[in-house]
Amino acid sequence: MAILTEEQARALLKKALSYSKAEQCEINLNGGDSSNIRYARNSVSTSGGISRNSLVVSSAFGKKVGTATINEFDDASLEKVVRRSEELAQLAPENPEFMPFLGPQTYGPPSKTFVPETAALDPKKRADMVQASLQVAKDANLTAAGFLENSTGYSAMMNSKGLFAYNTSTDVNFSVTLRTADGKGSGYATKAYNDVSKMDTLAFSKIAAKKATGSATAKALEPGKYTVILEPAAGIVLLEQLYGSLDARSADEGRSFLSKPGGKTRLGEQLVDPRVNIYSDPFNPELPTSVWNGDGQPQNRVSWIEKGVVKNMSYSRYWAEKKGVKPLPGADAIIMEGGTQSLEELIKGTEKGILVTRLWYIRPVDPQTLLYTGLTRDGTFYIENGQIKFPVKNFRFNESPVIMLNNLEVLGKSERTVSGESGQNALIPPMKIRDFTFSSLSDAV
Amino acid sequence: MNRKNFLYLTGMGFGGAMLSQIPVFGSPIAPEAALQGGVDVALKKRMADVVLNAARSKGATYTDCRIGRYLNQYVVTREDKVQNVVNTESYGMGIRVIANGCWGFAATDKLDNDSIAKAAAQAVAIAKENARLQTEPVQLLPQKGYGEVSWKAPIERNAFEVPVKEKVDLLLSVNDAALKAGANYVNSIMFLVNEQKYFASTDGSYIDQDVHRIWPVFGVTKIDAKTGKFETRQSLSSPRGMGYEYVMPRESDKIKGMPTTLYRDRYDMLEDARAAATQAGEKLKAKSVEAGKYDLILDPSHLWLTIHESVGHPSELDRVLGYEANFAGTSFLTLDKWESKKFKFGSDKVNIVADKLQPGSLGAVGYDDEGVATKQWDIIKDGVLVNYQSIRDQGHIIGLKESQGCCYADNWSSVQFQRMPNISLQPGKEALKVADMIKNTEKGIYIIGDSSFSIDQQRYNFQFSGQLYYEIKNGQIVGMLNDVAYQSNTQEFWNSCSAVADKSDYRLGGSFFDGKGQPQQVSAVSHGSSTARFNGVNIINTARKI
Repeated sequence: MAILTEEQARALLKKALSYSKAEQCEINLNGGDSSNIRYARNSVSTSGGISRNSLVVSSAFGKKVGTATINEFDDASLEKVVRRSEELAQLAPENPEFMPFLGPQTYGPPSKTFVPETAALDPKKRADMVQASLQVAKDANLTAAGFLENSTGYSAMMNSKGLFAYNTSTDVNFSVTLRTADGKGSGYATKAYNDVSKMDTLAFSKIAAKKATGSATAKALEPGKYTVILEPAAGIVLLEQLYGSLDARSADEGRSFLSKPGGKTRLGEQLVDPRVNIYSDPFNPELPTSVWNGDGQPQNRVSWIEKGVVKNMSYSRYWAEKKGVKPLPGADAIIMEGGTQSLEELIKGTEKGILVTRLWYIRPVDPQTLLYTGLTRDGTFYIENGQIKFPVKNFRFNESPVIMLNNLEVLGKSERTVSGESGQNALIPPMKIRDFTFSSLSDAV
Repeated sequence: MNRKNFLYLTGMGFGGAMLSQIPVFGSPIAPEAALQGGVDVALKKRMADVVLNAARSKGATYTDCRIGRYLNQYVVTREDKVQNVVNTESYGMGIRVIANGCWGFAATDKLDNDSIAKAAAQAVAIAKENARLQTEPVQLLPQKGYGEVSWKAPIERNAFEVPVKEKVDLLLSVNDAALKAGANYVNSIMFLVNEQKYFASTDGSYIDQDVHRIWPVFGVTKIDAKTGKFETRQSLSSPRGMGYEYVMPRESDKIKGMPTTLYRDRYDMLEDARAAATQAGEKLKAKSVEAGKYDLILDPSHLWLTIHESVGHPSELDRVLGYEANFAGTSFLTLDKWESKKFKFGSDKVNIVADKLQPGSLGAVGYDDEGVATKQWDIIKDGVLVNYQSIRDQGHIIGLKESQGCCYADNWSSVQFQRMPNISLQPGKEALKVADMIKNTEKGIYIIGDSSFSIDQQRYNFQFSGQLYYEIKNGQIVGMLNDVAYQSNTQEFWNSCSAVADKSDYRLGGSFFDGKGQPQQVSAVSHGSSTARFNGVNIINTARKI
């Protein structure tokens, strides 16, 4: 399906808006293609492609809002969908938290979310990328299971207050698990980029292969508190529970780890080690994201945790008005500042510890302390005197990212990684953490 | 994987800010639009024949097509406010083919003859492109065509016919009841699903089905203003394959005399909300558990999730074979254990049945999404692993002559694959009441409701929490506990099962949004059981300070 240009999108939205008779009207337009190949047992299992596009019209009368959607863009369809949203608004119960649509906004220059080479990816190239991964498995006598998906999309919005925004993006996601023939070793790699030229399925599959063969003779260690080095793909799944929970409303309401007695919050307080700096920046060249969010608010660089202090919480427009502060949308992607050391240097500087390459099945245990449980997976190794000595069996952990970031030893160099739990991307450093709590052993490989 | 907790997190305990993350598939529509009859069966048959012929002419050796209309209605409230009424409809066709021995799939929401024939050709083209990566051709278990048949869920009151106002009124009165009983915050949601799906294949089946699901759910929060401590209590409802009758209370469906009222096939949401508010307050004052070994007595409102994660997922044949290795994982129930015919999964008390027939369950349908009539079979018999769950392209590996009918896709645009049937623990054969079970327990914890859950990728090591924990000392409930989680190994745990209450206690729990696959799809599945006891399970204390 064609990606509409900015001018095409503007013309279509203008036409749709011209049919509106509501007090306020806002229209979002999204479209795109995505295709994937899934493989397992060294063979392709399923694959498919799907094209979708939709025009979403929200009409408001007072605090009554109605929304309707259509995927046909001829004049009659556009008028029909606008009328439908108006009918729905008249029928809807009042939403006391409804905020009037925004007027024109000033956005920064577009960030580099769209890469033409990624948009041009075809079925043959996708099959070639998977073939490269399968070849690694074949050469090393391993069993591969993996997933490759790419998508190209555009989004635009316009409203009756004069706001207009437009963006295009491309994404390519890859993950692979390689297992030894006897099922005793398993390794994993995952990456996601806007730019397909960075997606080296061969190199990433080789990393997974190395972890698979290296983890095949795992020994059991006693559960307990250990110094760990968390690779970025492991660290992100715990960190996202922290930076994904910086919502002001739940903190103000007293039901967040950021809440304090008497309706107060930890905003402005030292929460974690002073070396921790977490921010978002749509213009970061490694992790470009849209300069506007779904309701048209600008996305700019925001510091969330600075020198370990809670610098900002996100405020919805409704909650910001109620609290008399500026609204602040949650981040599309997060950057955690790192240090200068590579993963290898972190290992070299560790007397005794455990290298964790992936964490899995992360679930909340206690929202008050942000305690989470989960397990290590696909390659866990014992480090002694700066060297990886032997693979160890997987552990279950119970740990809070707040406690973890107070037990920080060293941060390595940040790199782009993708969460195996949420699918979100972030720039995350490898982290050396002391006293990480492993509470039991798992036989799983 | 199970998304239920994800929903609690985004939708319930943490305010409305993240509600947009609740998975909704489809386009918004007016509530009344859901009642407009689906597409005429004769027209669907004509469309299906266009696709089957088009794919055949391009070289497909097998084709199936699914024409689906998927309706969702979610009513979302907090305290005295309606936050959202979501009505969506998704209508389109998914086409799956085998060409050159390889699967191909394409989906379209443009349903004119040209567009669907083009999609059929695209599915064949994808199959042929990928066939070069294939090591062995797809083998399907034989399936006879059923001709033109239909199936409808046996509901009493179509929830989509109930005015939105009635649902809003119910939820707001639930919220009001919780607030009056002392809750600081309360969120409630009614999830309704109707799948109108048509399946046709080159085997000669044309199957029309109408499936209904409902899940009423709430969460209350109680805060101790002095200490800043907060506790939540989620509803003890179950998602069901039922109509609106599920939320119309009936005294005969209540189990009283326990620390809180429990519900069979009808749910009293108001009564449970009142109890929840009180119990959230009690949780704030409850004693922090002392870590160690306890006998656990697990109510079906809790045990369903342990069954789901530790029995349901590991007995999926596609996981055993490695098809899910890159995401959900594989399974410790390897083929050699099944072949030995003596792998002791659990104690003799443990009998676990797979089922796609049970009325009112989430898994009940007439036919699965590859045109196989549904059935019931044993997975664990007297503690021994005897079978798996599988579909047409994998059943030959375990020597099946016909498919077990476990194929499902969550939308017309998704590829169907193996999904869990209802997996249920059978009630004890001898008469046994829960009260007697408690009487015979010296040091134990009685757990009601589900909460945190986590299990490894081969399903050995798990950790679960609940909503309510009651300490049992010398045969008596002595008070409430807090900060409880149990950790165990699946085989050890099921072998420690020392008692299962009789069928008078049997109830269904379930998951409305069970996640699996890449790209991820959801499915809904029920798990039945009576209350069961497990001896000497390891309890950890989860209290921390930050």
